[in-house]
Amino acid sequence: MTDLTPDLMTILPELVLAVGAMALLMLGVFRKEDSFDLISTLSLILLAVAGGLVVFSTQTGETAFNGQFTNDTFARFMKALTIFGSAVTVMMSVTFMKRRQIQRFEYPVLVVLATLGMCMMISANDLVALYMGLELQSLALYVVAAFNRDSVRSSEAGLKYFVLGALSSGMLLYGASLIYGFTGATQFDAIAGVVANGSAGLGLLFGIVFVVAGLAFKVSAVPFHMWTPDVYEGAPTPVTAFFAAAPKVAAMAIFTRVLVEAFPGVTSDWQQIVVFIAIASMVLGAFAAIGQNNIKRLMAYSSIGHMGFALVGLAAGTAEGVRGVIIYMAIYMIMTLGTFACILAMRSKDEGQVEDISDLAGLARRDKLMALVLALLLFSLAGIPPLAGFFGKFFVFVAAIKEGLVALAVIGVLASVVGAYYYLRIIKIMYLDEPVQEFEQTPREIRLVITMSGVFVLAFVLFARPIITAAEAAAASLF
Amino acid sequence: MAIAGLFFYLFSAITVAAAFMVIASRNPVHSVLFLILAFFNSAGLFILMGAEFLAMILVVVYVGAVAVLFLFVVMMLDIDFTELRQGMLQYLPVGGIIGLILLVELIFVLGSWALSPEAVATIADKAPEMANVTNTEAIGRILYTKYVYLFQAAGIVLLIAMVGAIVLTLRHKEGVKRQSIPQQVARTPATAIEVRKVKSGEGLS
Repeated sequence: MTDLTPDLMTILPELVLAVGAMALLMLGVFRKEDSFDLISTLSLILLAVAGGLVVFSTQTGETAFNGQFTNDTFARFMKALTIFGSAVTVMMSVTFMKRRQIQRFEYPVLVVLATLGMCMMISANDLVALYMGLELQSLALYVVAAFNRDSVRSSEAGLKYFVLGALSSGMLLYGASLIYGFTGATQFDAIAGVVANGSAGLGLLFGIVFVVAGLAFKVSAVPFHMWTPDVYEGAPTPVTAFFAAAPKVAAMAIFTRVLVEAFPGVTSDWQQIVVFIAIASMVLGAFAAIGQNNIKRLMAYSSIGHMGFALVGLAAGTAEGVRGVIIYMAIYMIMTLGTFACILAMRSKDEGQVEDISDLAGLARRDKLMALVLALLLFSLAGIPPLAGFFGKFFVFVAAIKEGLVALAVIGVLASVVGAYYYLRIIKIMYLDEPVQEFEQTPREIRLVITMSGVFVLAFVLFARPIITAAEAAAASLF
Repeated sequence: MAIAGLFFYLFSAITVAAAFMVIASRNPVHSVLFLILAFFNSAGLFILMGAEFLAMILVVVYVGAVAVLFLFVVMMLDIDFTELRQGMLQYLPVGGIIGLILLVELIFVLGSWALSPEAVATIADKAPEMANVTNTEAIGRILYTKYVYLFQAAGIVLLIAMVGAIVLTLRHKEGVKRQSIPQQVARTPATAIEVRKVKSGEGLS
């Protein structure tokens, strides 16, 4: 009998999340009274503990369970980011869920379980482990999308996400089976060993295409983006914030890991695919968002576009490109959380929660701080220097140009110029139009998220160095 | 050997025909029954390959549980399937073209299929000599040792599915009579029955 202890120590953060989530589930079921607040607080503590274990772990590059699970610097960086994103979402959800009368204790537990899936996915070093993590995450996400089960739109969002998600899982599995059939291996390093010498056969190429299609669905890159606007619009707003932040980071991380770790020998083959979906996502994200009136739908198209920009870094296929992807995802996640905190704060005194862009009219005259931060965040999303979003785009474009993908970078810059239009339109509505709505007092925790994200995008220049160094170390661990 | 070959063609022909009938038959109950037929014949194919464990699992899980559940759902839900198929003719050309393209692509892939020469060396878990161990033992040897991580992960996936089903469907309605076993057990003859003297010819009102 082999000793399991070293393996268990390697997966300690995941273990804490899994056992903790089950304990919270029991607590919630056996306590008779409404335990939403208690379970939310405990979930936050659980996520904080897991995050602490990830950040302060002394391990570097250990693998567990015969190499199915890896704990390299890249995984640790992305896991820390994902757990942080989930924790912020749990915090932002509390007031909203109570106002909507859907404060059931399963919500924070499901978020924790989804986070567990994301961590397993980020650390996966094997096609089967990847699939397990992906399903774990997706199943929890389908449920929280439909969490407001009395609302037709929320149920519809959950169902749509489920049907399309199942389809994409099928494609991913089919691709994985083709790859296994060609290489005889499911572990990324073993696949890389087989693929390294010799060109990819047609079968392997098909496998890669199907796996990329499955993963592109999870990051909502064009042409697998159709579900995004409907799901974002239908799901309860904190859930939308969650969808746009943590799962995107995790999916992008595994996307990067699969292509860079398992197929370094055939970079030119997958590069074309990534270049295509990057261009398509950037362009569609820029143009389709223009006509939107619902701010959640607008954010959906915005996130499609941002995934395109992040994929530009991946298309480069170098350590520098991966560093760009990591920095981009970190900045994107914080900007998105901040923007969604502002959307959650859009609660009109007469009509309750509102979601139309026109409801923001004249915000600058009533709530100076929120209008200022939202304007900063939108400028940052558009990529205007010296805000954080600019640096994200800068690093991916530089990496792409160094690899000779000049056309891709030029299209990216043009797309971000087009994209700037709809972000600026919101700012114009906030600052120049006549006020129509009076918003309620914003809850404390949401105000905190808004302020922190505002400080982050504004002061990113000052503390960029440690983040870039960490991202560089993380990217280096993949090569 | 010839008999094995004959059985292979028999099983595979019936599987394909039954699978076709699943989507072609008008009555959804017939569809499910054809699905069961397809499962049984696939199990036969597994046995021909020497994978008896998979064959039995297929019958036990898919026929015994999944298909029966399907049958219940189809019978209990009053879905008008003819109405669902209204759009079918409309989408048939597009769907047909996409299906045809996929078929051609698959033929390309399978036509040029070649296992990478290094692949033979990388196969993670070679099947052991069939004469020495049974299927069940061969799977059991690695499933709970080498792949215990994946096995546990699958368990958590099922837990989430269960939590999700409860979250989305369970409602505590007022005025619903629920069974309480301790209450039932705690009943005594004094609370359960009432003895009355009935006068002959009058009955109880």
